Amino acid sequence: MRKLALKDEILLQAEKPARYIGNEVNAVMKDKDSVDVRFAMCFPDVYEIGMSHLGIQIIYDMLNQFEDVWCERVYSPWVDLDKIMRRENIPLFALESQDPVKDFDFLGITIQYEMCYTNILQILDLSGIPLLSADRKENDPIVIGGGPCTYNPEPFCDFFDLIYIGEAETRYRELLDLYKEYKAKGWKRRDFLKKAAFLPGIYVPSLYDVAYNEDGTIKERICLEEGIPETVEKELVKDLNNTYYPLKPVVPFIQITQDRVVLEIQRGCIRGCRFCQAGQLYRPVRERSPQLLKHYAMEMLGNTGHEEISLSSLSSSDYTDLPELLSFLIESCAERRINISLPSLRIDAFSLDVMNKVQDVKKSSLTFAPEAGSQRMRNIINKGLTEEVILEGARLAFEGGWTRVKLYFMLGLPMETEEDIQGIAHLCNKIAALYYETVPKEKRTGRVQIVASTSFFIPKPFTPFQWASQNTKEQFLEKAYLTRTSIAGELNQKSIKYNWHEADASVLEGIFARGDRRLNQVILKAYEKGCLYDAWSEYYKNDVWLSAFEECGVDPDFYTVRERADDEIFPWDFLDCGVSKKFLLEEWHKAKIEETTPNCRMQCNGCGAARYGCGVCTERQTMDVTSAREQGGEAL
Amino acid sequence: MKVRIRFSKYGALKFIGHLDVMRYFQKAIRRSGIPIAYSEGFSPHQIMSFAAPLSVGHTSEGEYMDIELADLPKEESYPPKEGAYSPQAGLSESGLRDALQAVMVDGISILDVQFLPAGEKNAMASVAAASYLISFREGTILPSDWQEKLTAFYGQEQIPVIKKTKKGEKQMDLKENIYELELKENGTIYMLLNASSGGNIKPSFVLETFFESIGYELPAFSLMIHRLETYKNAGNQTLTCSANQLIDQTPARSASQLIGEEERRLVPLIWER
Repeated sequence: MRKLALKDEILLQAEKPARYIGNEVNAVMKDKDSVDVRFAMCFPDVYEIGMSHLGIQIIYDMLNQFEDVWCERVYSPWVDLDKIMRRENIPLFALESQDPVKDFDFLGITIQYEMCYTNILQILDLSGIPLLSADRKENDPIVIGGGPCTYNPEPFCDFFDLIYIGEAETRYRELLDLYKEYKAKGWKRRDFLKKAAFLPGIYVPSLYDVAYNEDGTIKERICLEEGIPETVEKELVKDLNNTYYPLKPVVPFIQITQDRVVLEIQRGCIRGCRFCQAGQLYRPVRERSPQLLKHYAMEMLGNTGHEEISLSSLSSSDYTDLPELLSFLIESCAERRINISLPSLRIDAFSLDVMNKVQDVKKSSLTFAPEAGSQRMRNIINKGLTEEVILEGARLAFEGGWTRVKLYFMLGLPMETEEDIQGIAHLCNKIAALYYETVPKEKRTGRVQIVASTSFFIPKPFTPFQWASQNTKEQFLEKAYLTRTSIAGELNQKSIKYNWHEADASVLEGIFARGDRRLNQVILKAYEKGCLYDAWSEYYKNDVWLSAFEECGVDPDFYTVRERADDEIFPWDFLDCGVSKKFLLEEWHKAKIEETTPNCRMQCNGCGAARYGCGVCTERQTMDVTSAREQGGEAL
Repeated sequence: MKVRIRFSKYGALKFIGHLDVMRYFQKAIRRSGIPIAYSEGFSPHQIMSFAAPLSVGHTSEGEYMDIELADLPKEESYPPKEGAYSPQAGLSESGLRDALQAVMVDGISILDVQFLPAGEKNAMASVAAASYLISFREGTILPSDWQEKLTAFYGQEQIPVIKKTKKGEKQMDLKENIYELELKENGTIYMLLNASSGGNIKPSFVLETFFESIGYELPAFSLMIHRLETYKNAGNQTLTCSANQLIDQTPARSASQLIGEEERRLVPLIWER
C-alpha cells in the first residue's frame, strides 16, 4: 500500500487532511523507476483553489501522456500544516507518490495572481530548495514558472531557473528532451539553462541583466550570454481542435471551488477592453469545434461523475456555435440530471431563454459587468456596452421573473471624474426604477435587489493602460465613499446594496503587476518577516509589507502612481505577446480622446496577433458593425 | 427497487469524512452508469442513504449504504464506459457490485450488494449496533496492568457516565450500551456497542472513560479504530432461514441477547449468504 508522507497523528491534526493524501479518482500513478523525468506541478495556493484550476489539469494530462514522464501535483500546505512541517522538519511532498519535491527533476509553478508571490517562496522553502536560482546546485530540481503573471516575470525572476512564456501545450516536449540530454551527457546546470534559452517561449532570467536610469526607469537590458534571444515570444496553440485536453480530470474528495466539469470553449477574446490583460495576452481568439466539445463534455462527465458542467471562456456569448452547443448540453444534461452553469454570458433574449431552462429563476441572480457608470468612461475603457443595452437586458430579465441583479464596476480608471462615479449610482437607480415600471404591483414578490460591487482598477502590462497612473489607497477609499454616498442619495437606494474591495491589497497588486527586478528582494524580505497567503485577506499583513519596502529602500509609489511616458522602457518589453507596443500606445491615445475601437470580428485593428495566422484573424469579418454594437449586456 | 451495499474503507481514505464519502459515492454512481432513482423537484438528488457515519481516522469493513434504483433506462444515447453498468445485462446483485467496484479508488472496496425485500427499513433507520476492533498506535505507553483493570471495569454492574449531547449533558449507564467487550490475545480490544440513532456510543468514549477511571490520561491519537460490522436488531421478527443459520453458526458476527422483556437479536445489515 502507498505510504503517506505525513503520519496519522499529523493528518488528524490538520484542518482538512484530504488536502494532503492524493489518491483521488483519475490521479495518475506510475512507477518512478520506469520514467526518466519526474515533474512536480504546483499551484501555490491551498488545495481547494489549486485543484479548481483548469490549466494545471491540462498540463498534468499532457505530461502524463508522455511515457517517460510522471507529473504529480503539489499545493501550498495550509497555515496549520505549514507550522507543523517547519517545526518537525518535514519536507514538502508531491501528492501522488508522497515523495519529497526535492527529489524531482522539475518543479513547475503556475503563477496566476500577484498575491501568491510569497507562497512561491513557501513552496521552495518547505521543499528544501534554495530560494534563489543562483544558489541552486546540480541536484536541485529545475524550477520553472508559467501562467499569466509571467507576462511580467521580473519581480520574481530571481526565484526561477526558467520561465515559460505562453501556452504550455507547445514546447514542453522539446524542453524535456533537452533535459534528458543534459542528464545523459552530464552537462552543468548552467549549460542546460543556456541551451534552454534558445527554445522558443523559454526565458532564462539569470542570463540577462538590467541597467537603470537615474530616475529609476530602465535604461537597457543586457544579454549576459552571446547569441541568446533579446526578446522572448509567447507560445500559443494554433489549433485548439488538435491539442491536449484532460478528458479524465482528477476528481477531489473534498469540495473545491470549481467542483465541476470545465469545458474550455475558446481562448482569447475579440472585445479589446482596454483594462483587460487577458483580452490582449490570449489573442487571437481561437474556438474549439462544437462537435469536439460535445464529445469532450460527455467523456468528462462520464469519467468524473460530476453533477455540473461549466463553460469556460472570457466571453462565452462570442462563441460562434453557442446555440448549437447549448441545445445539445441542455438536452443531454437534463436526462442525466446534470446542472449547467453559464458564466460570462451577455444578457439578451437568447441567454435569458437558456438560463430559464437551466436554472431556477427565483433563486438565481443576473450579472451585468458595465465596469463603469458613465458612457464616457465606458468609451474610454472600450467596453462596448451602452446604457440602453443594459436596461433592455434588465427589462427582459424582470419580465422573465428575475428579481436579483448584480452589477460589477471599477473605480480608479484613467481619466475618471466625480460624474463618472456618480454614474454608477444613477445606473443602479435606473435599473431599480425599471423593475417597478416593468413588474406590476400584484406580481411583485417584494423589492428588487440590486447589488453593486466595485473593485479598484490596477493597470496591467500589455494593456493600453500600462502607461496609466494607479490611484493611491486614499484616492481609492475616497472614491468608494463617494460611490456609497451617491447610492444613498438615489430614490431607490433601499433596493441597492453596495460592496467594495479592500484598498491595501490592490495597491500591492499594482506594485507587483508593473514592477521590476528590484522587487525580488522585497518579496524575499516580506516572506522572511512572515508574509504568506497574501491573497487571503485574513492573512494579509500590510504593515509588514510596508516595512519590507522600507528596509529594502524601494519606493512603492514608483511602480503605481507615476504616469509613464510614451517612450519608457517597461520591465516586460522584452516579451512579445503578439500585440505590438505601437498598437497598445495607439489605444492609450484613443482612450484619452474617448474614442472606441471595434472588436476583432467587426474589423481587424492591426494589433499584431494576425501574424500567428490562426483563429479570428483568419475568419472573414462578416458581422456588420451596428449589429455587433447592439450586443451589449453581460452575465457572469 | 432498493439495494443495500456493504463497503470497506481503509488506507488513505480513512481521512475522508462522512459528507465527502457521500459526495464520493454520488459521483461514483454516475461514473458507474447504475440507474439510480432521483428525488422530484427542481434540483433532484440521488436517493441514497448511509447507515452509520464513520469518524475521520477510523477504518472499516462494515459500512453500508442503500440506493434506490430507477426503472431501467431507455437506450443510452451515449455509449457507456468499458466495465460500466450495462442495462442490457439486466439487474443482478453481482452485476451491480462489479459495476460499482470498477469505479472505486484504492481505499474503498465494494464487498457485497443485496436487493432489499419490500418493506425493509432503510440502512440508517435500521442501525442498532456496531462492532469494533481497537488497537493502540505503535509507541503508545500504557499502564502495565491496564488489561486486568479493563476486565474489572467491564465487570461492573453499572458504569454511570455523563455523556455530552447536542442538548447538553446527560447522565447514563455506559454498561448497558456495551453489548460485548473482549480483550484479544494480541492486545487489541473487541467491542460491540450501541450505535442506534438515540444511543450511539463511540469506542473511543468507552476507552477514554476507562482510562480516566484508572487515573491515566490517554495520549491524543493513540487509538486505531476499525469497524468490523454494523448490525440491525432483528428483534422478535421471524428470521429467514439463512439468517437463523447465521445466528446459530457464526456467533462472532451476530449476537442474541435477552434484556428484560425485549429480545435483542443483532444481525448484520447484510446477511451472509
